Amino acid sequence: MFPAEFDYTAPATIDEAIRLLQQRDDAKILAGGHSLLPAMKLRLMTPAMLVDIGKIPELRGIEIDGSLRLGAMTTYRMVLDSQAACSRLPILVDSISKIGDKQVRNMGTVGGSLAHADPAADLTAVMLALDARLTARGPNGERTIAIDDFFVDMLMTALDPAELLTRIEIPLPQGRAGTAYAKFAHPASGYAVVGVAALLSLATDGTVQDCRIGVTGAGPKAQRARAAEDALRGQQPTADRLADAAQQAADGLDILGDIFASADYRANLVRVYTRRALEQAAARAG
Amino acid sequence: MTTTEAPTRLFGAAIKRREDPKLITGQGNYIEDINLPGMLHAAILRSPFAHARIKRIDTEKAKSHPGVVAVYTGKDMESLNPLPCAWQAGGVKNNVNTPRALAIDEVHFTGDGVAVVIAEDRYAAEDALALIEVDYEPLPVVVDAEEATRPGAPQLHENAPNNICMRWTCGKEQETDQALQQAEVVVRQRMINQRLIPTPMETRGYVARYDAGTDEYTIWMSSQAPHVHRLLLAAFVLGVPEHKVRCIAPNVGGGFGAKIFVYPEMAVVAFASRQLDRPVKWVETRRENYVATTHGRDHITDVELGATRDGKITSLRVTTYANLGAYLSTIAPGIPTTLYGRMITGVYKIPNAFVEVLGVYTNTAMVDAYRGAGRPEATYVIERIVDILADELGMDPAEIRRKNFIPPSDFPYDNGVGMLPYDSGNYEPALNRALELVNYEQFKRDQAEARQRGKLLGLGLCSYIEVCGVAPSKWIGLPGEGWGAGLWESANVRVHLTGKVVVTTGSLPHGQGHETTFAQIVADELGVPYDDIIVQHGDTLGTPFGYGTYGSRSAAVGGTAIFKSVQKIKEKARKLAAHLLEAAEEDIVYENGKCYVRGSPDKAKTIQELALEASVGYNLPPGMEPYLDDTTYYDPPNCTFPFGTHVAIVEVDPETGMVDLLRYVAVDDVGNVINPKIVDGQIHGGIVQGVGQALFEGAVYDENGQLVTGTLMDYALPKASELPSFELDRTVTPSPTNPMGVKGAGEAGTIAASPAVVNAVVDALSHMGVRHLDMPLKPERVWRAIHT
Amino acid sequence: MEITVTVNGKTSTHNVPPRMLLVHYLREVLGLTGTHVGCDTSQCGACVVLKDGISVKSCTVLAVQCDGANIVTVEGLAVNGNLHPVQEGFWEEHGLQCGFCTPGVMMAAYQILQDNPNPSEEEIRAGLEGSLCRCTGYHNIVRAVKYAAEKMKAAPAGQTPTAVAAGSGEAVP
Repeated sequence: MFPAEFDYTAPATIDEAIRLLQQRDDAKILAGGHSLLPAMKLRLMTPAMLVDIGKIPELRGIEIDGSLRLGAMTTYRMVLDSQAACSRLPILVDSISKIGDKQVRNMGTVGGSLAHADPAADLTAVMLALDARLTARGPNGERTIAIDDFFVDMLMTALDPAELLTRIEIPLPQGRAGTAYAKFAHPASGYAVVGVAALLSLATDGTVQDCRIGVTGAGPKAQRARAAEDALRGQQPTADRLADAAQQAADGLDILGDIFASADYRANLVRVYTRRALEQAAARAG
Repeated sequence: MTTTEAPTRLFGAAIKRREDPKLITGQGNYIEDINLPGMLHAAILRSPFAHARIKRIDTEKAKSHPGVVAVYTGKDMESLNPLPCAWQAGGVKNNVNTPRALAIDEVHFTGDGVAVVIAEDRYAAEDALALIEVDYEPLPVVVDAEEATRPGAPQLHENAPNNICMRWTCGKEQETDQALQQAEVVVRQRMINQRLIPTPMETRGYVARYDAGTDEYTIWMSSQAPHVHRLLLAAFVLGVPEHKVRCIAPNVGGGFGAKIFVYPEMAVVAFASRQLDRPVKWVETRRENYVATTHGRDHITDVELGATRDGKITSLRVTTYANLGAYLSTIAPGIPTTLYGRMITGVYKIPNAFVEVLGVYTNTAMVDAYRGAGRPEATYVIERIVDILADELGMDPAEIRRKNFIPPSDFPYDNGVGMLPYDSGNYEPALNRALELVNYEQFKRDQAEARQRGKLLGLGLCSYIEVCGVAPSKWIGLPGEGWGAGLWESANVRVHLTGKVVVTTGSLPHGQGHETTFAQIVADELGVPYDDIIVQHGDTLGTPFGYGTYGSRSAAVGGTAIFKSVQKIKEKARKLAAHLLEAAEEDIVYENGKCYVRGSPDKAKTIQELALEASVGYNLPPGMEPYLDDTTYYDPPNCTFPFGTHVAIVEVDPETGMVDLLRYVAVDDVGNVINPKIVDGQIHGGIVQGVGQALFEGAVYDENGQLVTGTLMDYALPKASELPSFELDRTVTPSPTNPMGVKGAGEAGTIAASPAVVNAVVDALSHMGVRHLDMPLKPERVWRAIHT
Repeated sequence: MEITVTVNGKTSTHNVPPRMLLVHYLREVLGLTGTHVGCDTSQCGACVVLKDGISVKSCTVLAVQCDGANIVTVEGLAVNGNLHPVQEGFWEEHGLQCGFCTPGVMMAAYQILQDNPNPSEEEIRAGLEGSLCRCTGYHNIVRAVKYAAEKMKAAPAGQTPTAVAAGSGEAVP
């Protein structure tokens, strides 16, 4: 309940933040703080410096046209309040409305969650399914990272230490497409025991043209359920086909167990929740 | 002058609480809100090992940390005695092991404190903890009570071979075994009643101020029993005269049993305050609360139930390993014995019953009373095994209950396993009402229809009885059975010159609303306006010695003490009125706050007028002392025995094993009800703690004695979204034990809910051959039952 | 570090260490002890306050993050000594027992009604997901929030704590 001492600074620009991160390799970025501060209160983390990026205006905001662009410091609440974003991507409502609780969503940020890469976070899977592109800025300028390359391992991402995640860009599905997220929440922490995000786009003949399935909670990092995706491409999204594909959702995934749910059971949840997410996505694809 | 209008009757009125205005405006005064000039802050270093020898402690670096005033180890506090175990039930006398303020040579669980830092602020104190160097020699660890008794298991205490603290029995062993052998049907089941963490939303905390001028300690404590804590701390731990210690419980943010007990940190802050001559505050973090404060339940039980083919129960044998943790907490031995074994037969007439309990030390947090304390464990055992018997015989669970209920004509009822006689009861109407509310017959049709569609619906019953108003000193105090001390309750009532009434009570409300309900009692009995009454509690300086609030005892015992004090005041008022009205005492009527000569109510003396006369004192009858003031130490003749039937309806997701509690109906009989709003609130909260045990909660230690469920991110408390609204009703069977006919309501919900919910889930899966599942019914456990 | 914060309508400036949590700032620096600490992992919600009009867990916000912010605590909920409908609801419906979680739960309830003035029982229960109460079983808390909703519908004026009304307004995104 009592964090160790640290220095604090709240830069006004991204470049200033990057400069600070370069100067101090013992610094951590403070975004919404809802993963970092609890860890610091338990002294599981004791960074010597916090760089608070909450006062950088350009990191916050939602733009939508051909794609949805979220500033990294956009809070969950801001996303849920965006009619435009939520109506185009109902998966955002499915997932974000189930993150933590109202107070967490008021403070927690999209970028903070992705950069923290908690293995049971919700948006990691959602961004995998939506094929998001992440923009990071560092001492050497800006670069774009494909979401498939972003999550490296438990709590590890492709970001360099002095790099700041600045923007998340989500292509808006065109034509007949549907998205959905289904989650089995841990009764205490609210994190995903298993969460499955699905994107289905249908060809004009109604068959599945593309399918992306992101799974969180099951293993050390968010993963794609590629076997299930492959099984579905080119198929009519009937209940049976969706169920068959979902049966393969756990194949090839790295699945871990803990005192709440064994690996076996988690694999079952991956299959069940994949089917549920696919059914919902298919219904939304119309 | 005060209005003399008689108030409308308040006993039974659902008035809102007078406690609330300050609590809803942020003006409550909880332990952490207490700030004294010059106050220091304590942080405690706890053992990282569940079992280890302490070889060396170096506190030098910590002592020189900025802001640190002192660092103490167990050796520095050697002059303090180990904490007492007050309820040495079950023959534990020869192997009592209790914690010290700080461990000296050996730690026995991860909650054991090894050093304390006292600093100018809590942040500095926490910083310095990391600078204390301790060399431990780790020792082997055992966390499971049954394993701990096996030959070769790691040993905790020399005086408890095989870690057995006590072997206790009740009932008739030979007759029971014989009846089981002869029974037409016998069902058997092993049941785990898992370990729970009480989790009051306010953790524990203590502030001690030693006054060198008077050599007195004042200790503010988040406590359910400040008088008991004063007694035990002063006489047993600190070794100072009791009257040199004053204990004050301010607003207490919940207890659920965990704040009944005397704890090491009470002694730590008292010691440090005296050493440093400054006030010292320690407030537990939640993580500490989970490792260091007492836990509840943790039984491994084998049960056998014998019956005739037509469902008449003939015999019950129960064997339980009760995990007591690393040491004995204050009343720990009494929980799995008196409050468990002697309640094992529940609401049923069971001619032959026998209970054997092994109390066992393990390298875990101490286990003591947690809401219900023994009775939930007993009710779970009997209500589960009765369902299993019904399943075996193909009988309706409601029918088998009816068939075995103790009939109303049998009261007072001796249950044959040594409980005091059940005072009153009429079990069938409560069951029938619950079934009516839930529409039992319709449910059975719904269930059958749902199964056709692959949906799993289940209904679970629990017909419970509990023992409340825990008292009679002659019983609970009896050495051997009890704690060798009384268990009555006190109250002082005085009517001041101005007609205002001050009630002081030994009860200690921590959410129960005594300031409201006790004033309701006095308003009616004394006939004064409710707003003219104040109820004071919690400060040993201003209240008579009392035992505090737990065991659903405050209305039945503490409330009756108030009731009796009021009667004594009324008697004195009548004597005084007789004198003033120049009438014979036997002709004086006391009615609605007025005394008058029978037949002449127009010439009355009001209680306010009489209080004034009694106070100014110049016109009193010969020999009468001034003032209307009386104290009662009420020791009831018996406990009270509330009962009822709860019904849970659940739906189980066959794909995930997730249980959804759809409906919950509770019909309770808690005797007469002083304030229905408050009683309903107690039932609601109780139900949720029972549901929590059934579905979510469970403390888990790994094989090294580390608490894996050490935070609220791992230990699941029930949340609003996981629960339905509850449907409550009552039957009223007044208790003959006390003049108000009240029984007690604080624990009923918790006692009834766990078996009701588990019975419902097992019912939902019964057609798949599932007969029993251990709590908590985590989705995976239920899923495995479905899929194996 | 120097911060200037408006709490319940009063603005003050203090020098605080970076690691001081907002809840400790409120309780220890300002002496507003109505906001409580019930856990150390941001689960229990006893510490909920409004920051710039939205509810936050004050145990998971640094005081230094609140420089320039407008905070409302339970002590700022009543307007001119008149209980806020949420407070009234908790009193009328017996929505509290020990009262420890209550300040935080009421601030969470305030937010529920800000977001949705006419919530169903299910929405109220979902909205309370960040609050743990060990006494009431939530049954009467749900009723208390409903009571407040009804009351606020009947008399929409005066539902905003003075401190929020006086605050920066632009707060809610």
